Amino acid sequence: MWKTIIRRLLLMIPQILILSILIFILADFMPGDPFTGLVDPNLDPAQIEAMREAYGLNDPLPVRYVDWMGDALRGNFGRSFNFQRPVTQVIAGRLGNTVRLSIVSIILTYAIGLPLGILAGRYNESILDKAVLVYNFVSFAIPTFVLALLMVYIFGYNLAWFPARGSVSVNANTTWEVFSSQVYHVILPAITTAVLGTTSIIQYLRSEIIDAKVSDYVKTARSKGVPIQKVYTRHILRNASLPIASGLGYTIVGVFTGSIFIEQIFTYSGMGYLFLQSINTRDYSVIFVLVLFYGFLGLIGTLLSDLILMAVDPRIRID
Amino acid sequence: MNLMAANQDAEAAVLSDNMAASTPPMGFKVISREFARDKLALGSLILLVVLLVTIFIWSFIVDQDVVTTVSLWDSYLPPMSFSEDPAFEGTRYILGTDSAGRDIFGLLLIGARNSLTLGWSVTVVTSIIGIVVGILAAYYAGMVDNVLMRIIDFIMILPQLMIIIIFITLVPSYNVFTFAGILILFNWHGQARFIRGRALTVGRLDFISASKTMGTPSIIIMLREMMPNISSLIIVNLTLNFAGSIGLETGLTYLGFGLPSGTPSLGTLVSYATNPDILENKAWVWLPASALILVLVLCINYVGRALQRAADAKQRLG
Repeated sequence: MWKTIIRRLLLMIPQILILSILIFILADFMPGDPFTGLVDPNLDPAQIEAMREAYGLNDPLPVRYVDWMGDALRGNFGRSFNFQRPVTQVIAGRLGNTVRLSIVSIILTYAIGLPLGILAGRYNESILDKAVLVYNFVSFAIPTFVLALLMVYIFGYNLAWFPARGSVSVNANTTWEVFSSQVYHVILPAITTAVLGTTSIIQYLRSEIIDAKVSDYVKTARSKGVPIQKVYTRHILRNASLPIASGLGYTIVGVFTGSIFIEQIFTYSGMGYLFLQSINTRDYSVIFVLVLFYGFLGLIGTLLSDLILMAVDPRIRID
Repeated sequence: MNLMAANQDAEAAVLSDNMAASTPPMGFKVISREFARDKLALGSLILLVVLLVTIFIWSFIVDQDVVTTVSLWDSYLPPMSFSEDPAFEGTRYILGTDSAGRDIFGLLLIGARNSLTLGWSVTVVTSIIGIVVGILAAYYAGMVDNVLMRIIDFIMILPQLMIIIIFITLVPSYNVFTFAGILILFNWHGQARFIRGRALTVGRLDFISASKTMGTPSIIIMLREMMPNISSLIIVNLTLNFAGSIGLETGLTYLGFGLPSGTPSLGTLVSYATNPDILENKAWVWLPASALILVLVLCINYVGRALQRAADAKQRLG
């Protein structure tokens, strides 16, 4: 197991390097530079040139890449031109919001998905099962931004049950007020994310339970006199949750990545919103670190998923 | 009752023609039976065809120049109101107007046509690339397969949406074709992986080995022997990906990284909703487009599911 983990971690290094080189080249191609929009007309071109020189923007691409990598390995990811702060600080400032939204979303995803999947599987062909199938189909097919807009429009504006914008109220002063306001702001985007996230959970649970119901081990347990409720909790659910476990790795790393659509529509200032802001202000250093961060998390997610699958199902061996 | 009658009919057909009993139902017959059994799928198909025909025919009848003419008199008129611009005296805006006084209904038709055309083109091209790469990888296996799969694995780890947005912002001459090209560049790999998986199974079958031994050229084996065996999956995938492409295009256009402003899309209309005032108080601008996207995507997906069941004998309803 440890051998596998170390081998996989080593294999990740070239992938991250290729990704970083690719993004670095792309960032270099972007039209304009961070000074184009900010330049004060009183500043003379020589000064701009001096600023470009000072930021190292005039060096050849490979030199800049090696410089950047050297700094990055020492924990210095450069400065954001737009926020005039180190990139790590800018990202750290947004990470909290995204993590809060993700955690609430995950809790809601399971709170909706598990019972619906179990009930639909246990009572399949019932009215409830049919309703769950319809819900599942719609939540699978609907584009993220359409659902998010409808949610904002209905629950944010028309019914005004939840705040439609932002991540915290400006009027919140005490720690408690800030916290409760943050939770209040998180609910609507979290429900939206959760609805979109339940599809695979329900799908897998339902079909696994339907398959398991007629399997031999369930018949054996029943004929030995195990109560039906116990057969479900002890036998069927345990086996039926295997496919869900395989996606758990992505769920865990997903805590740190925010959805671009959800955060844009709810003007929720997390990682996805930061990415859009940085694209619009040509803030390369932030874009670059964000893409690397997402790519790195994707790799870790794959590894974690494989490991979790190995842990819950001893028959599976991954090398 | 219906079910029993249908069964009896089928039995009668089998009894009357012994030859028919030995050949399994194929192709179009299977599909039409599947749709006959699933009324919701049939409804989706009919609705989809009606929508497509209406959108394509009507969008050619409406004059794009008239629709996109700016008239500040008519800015943000609610639905069913008459034009206040003397130049358009007596014009009635069924779905109201946008900020520049353009007819939402006309924009909706033209936008839907553009979104559908682009979505379909992207889907077809990605599918062709996916089929070619997938079959090549499965047929030649070994080194070719390894290299192609490593490339696909690498594309898979990229944060897709972010990379697409970065590419869009840096393309120098940005137009419909470069936009479609970028979407294709980051979407073919899923297709290729899927097709490869299926083609691997087909490639191991005896008749392929027999063909190879007989000296049939590789290209003939791939095109005439492997491809027909996965054709039903290709059709199913084409449908499901079509819905996905429409979602991706309208989503990107909504964010402002999609079709250029000269080419209205359904996403363009929805993107008005980024303004909180329009989102809250002028829903007629963005709501119809959102609803149309939703209906199109749901119908296409539902038809795709029915085709998927028809392609797999174990899942068929009919």
